[in-house]
Amino acid sequence: MDIAALVSCLSSPACIVTQATGGLIVGMLLFLVAAGLTLIFGVLKVVNFTHGSFYMLGAYFALTIFNFTGNYTLTVFGAGVATALVGLVFERVFISRVYGQNVLMQLLVCYGFILIFDDVVKILWGPEFKSMGMPPAFQVPPIFIAGGVVPPFYLFLVGVTILIGLTLWLVIDKTRLGKTVRAAAHNPNMVAALGINTGVLYGLVFATGGLLAGFAGALAAPVRSLTPGMGFSILIESFIVTVIGGMGSIVGAFVAAITIGLIRSFGSLGFPLFTEGLMYVFMVVVLIAKPTGLFGREVG
Amino acid sequence: MINSRRSPAFDLMIGAALFAVLALLPLLFPSKALVDFMIRGSALALFATSLNLLVGYGGMVSFGHGMFFGLGAYSFALLMQRTGLPIPAAFAIALVLCAAVALGIGVVCVRLKELYFAFLTLAFQMLVHSLIVLWVPLTGGDQGLRGGIPRPHFLGINLANQSHLYLTSCALLIIGLVLIHHIVLSPFGYTLRMIRDNAARASFLGVNVFRIRLIAFVLAAVFAGVGGMIMSLFVSGAYPEFAYWTISGEGIFMIMLGGLNSFLGPTVGTVILLVLNDFATRFTEHYGLTLGIVILLFALGLRRGLLDVLIGLWRRHLTVSRSTAEAGGISGASP
Repeated sequence: MDIAALVSCLSSPACIVTQATGGLIVGMLLFLVAAGLTLIFGVLKVVNFTHGSFYMLGAYFALTIFNFTGNYTLTVFGAGVATALVGLVFERVFISRVYGQNVLMQLLVCYGFILIFDDVVKILWGPEFKSMGMPPAFQVPPIFIAGGVVPPFYLFLVGVTILIGLTLWLVIDKTRLGKTVRAAAHNPNMVAALGINTGVLYGLVFATGGLLAGFAGALAAPVRSLTPGMGFSILIESFIVTVIGGMGSIVGAFVAAITIGLIRSFGSLGFPLFTEGLMYVFMVVVLIAKPTGLFGREVG
Repeated sequence: MINSRRSPAFDLMIGAALFAVLALLPLLFPSKALVDFMIRGSALALFATSLNLLVGYGGMVSFGHGMFFGLGAYSFALLMQRTGLPIPAAFAIALVLCAAVALGIGVVCVRLKELYFAFLTLAFQMLVHSLIVLWVPLTGGDQGLRGGIPRPHFLGINLANQSHLYLTSCALLIIGLVLIHHIVLSPFGYTLRMIRDNAARASFLGVNVFRIRLIAFVLAAVFAGVGGMIMSLFVSGAYPEFAYWTISGEGIFMIMLGGLNSFLGPTVGTVILLVLNDFATRFTEHYGLTLGIVILLFALGLRRGLLDVLIGLWRRHLTVSRSTAEAGGISGASP
């Protein structure tokens, strides 16, 4: 433990800014992945344990698209759409077969796919660490806020994520499609009886989850190194975010993701060996106080 | 005797016979790989069966059962390294420790319903894992607890000898299975299943649901701890992976592959997963692809664990033959 380092950081604005932005980008990436996870759970009542693999696929798609085109905007959209397609096919062909079955059977299917996706990535892109590099548009001198160094890409990442989050919220909360999705989450049989094809709806929700994970992968690619196991570690963290925020709550996922991001970045100063432990302490405290999570409602 | 096949004496006989078979196995097929496989298998089968006491019989899906596997391994290995106690004493103390920790964590967890129980157990397990990594002077941190485990002789058993370790592991597995089977068939076991099927009804009948679930949680933890101790003896140490969430995941996969509705399902599942693991690593370069596809065949093809499928087929066969016999009898008796 190194409380002195934490205290000295908290007394310097520059250090606070640096740590906070670092924490924010972790939180933003976690939010994108967790938002898809929580959306899928909210509507389909399935915990999609392959969601980390979607994030990994998004990052690798981004790598390939960027190497071919050199255009980062195209890269983000391309990776998002490609991952959305993977999500759609995955839901229609495999996950739709285990609806209503034992949760553990769904878990088993997802685990099988985690193994398969990891190996496929290894075969197609190789087992070694890859890095995409910073897109040329962001290869500019860093910005200084209160003396703290902030790479411009970090600001871009935070801005884009907030934009995506707002769009998602608007679509779900304010449009007819969103209303249908919320209705299907509440009572799928009634929605089907009203003549709405729930199969298409479920596929769409899964595709949206894939899209968000693909965006996250593409946004992470310039600042993270790519490895075939990268989906596994974000899976457990985004899962924690989802549980803390409340399964099915996108607002909850946002709040929890930023909290976890900040806990990680400041915690790594004060408790370098126990950074992950802090996350779990937070999770245990939240679950004991409110088992449904911060913004969650009872399900089942 | 209402049902002799369900008496403890019958279990003990089967257990003794099984132990005799397992004891002869290395004499018939002398292979170090087989012995290693069986020791690892004993540790994990005991772990998976103990988890199924919660998952299959209690309807309590724990995502954190691995913490007790890790706790058993670490506490036993540390007691042997630091205190010089005889093995049986260290074994007993480690079990008490597992039970005590399970009691503390269980009091908080078993109140929660299904999914939330799973999440909270997962969180506690990761907390235990983080503590193991953090507490370097005691546990060796993420390098694991190394330096070997001293193995003084006791009752003429020398656990430094691989074949003695093999026999001890098999014995512990069989004793563990017989005990868990006894628990499952006891009034306590039936109460546990009643709570699984309808906790509200059990509660109205005067059953203290919380207490029964807590006892099940502690019992399962103790048997998982025994599994961990076998594993620590096998690898001569303990590693943080023993308490990581992947081991809890593996336990669940073993249960699902073998069948959660059959008592021996988790044991069969352990063998399936270990064999698959060994084959996939030895014979293919694409370990994940092979294992993933086989898991999908199970999950989407069989849709149930192997033993559940086989027992289902056997029961159907029995009822079909019985009903045809009855049908024949009735038609013969009618005028």
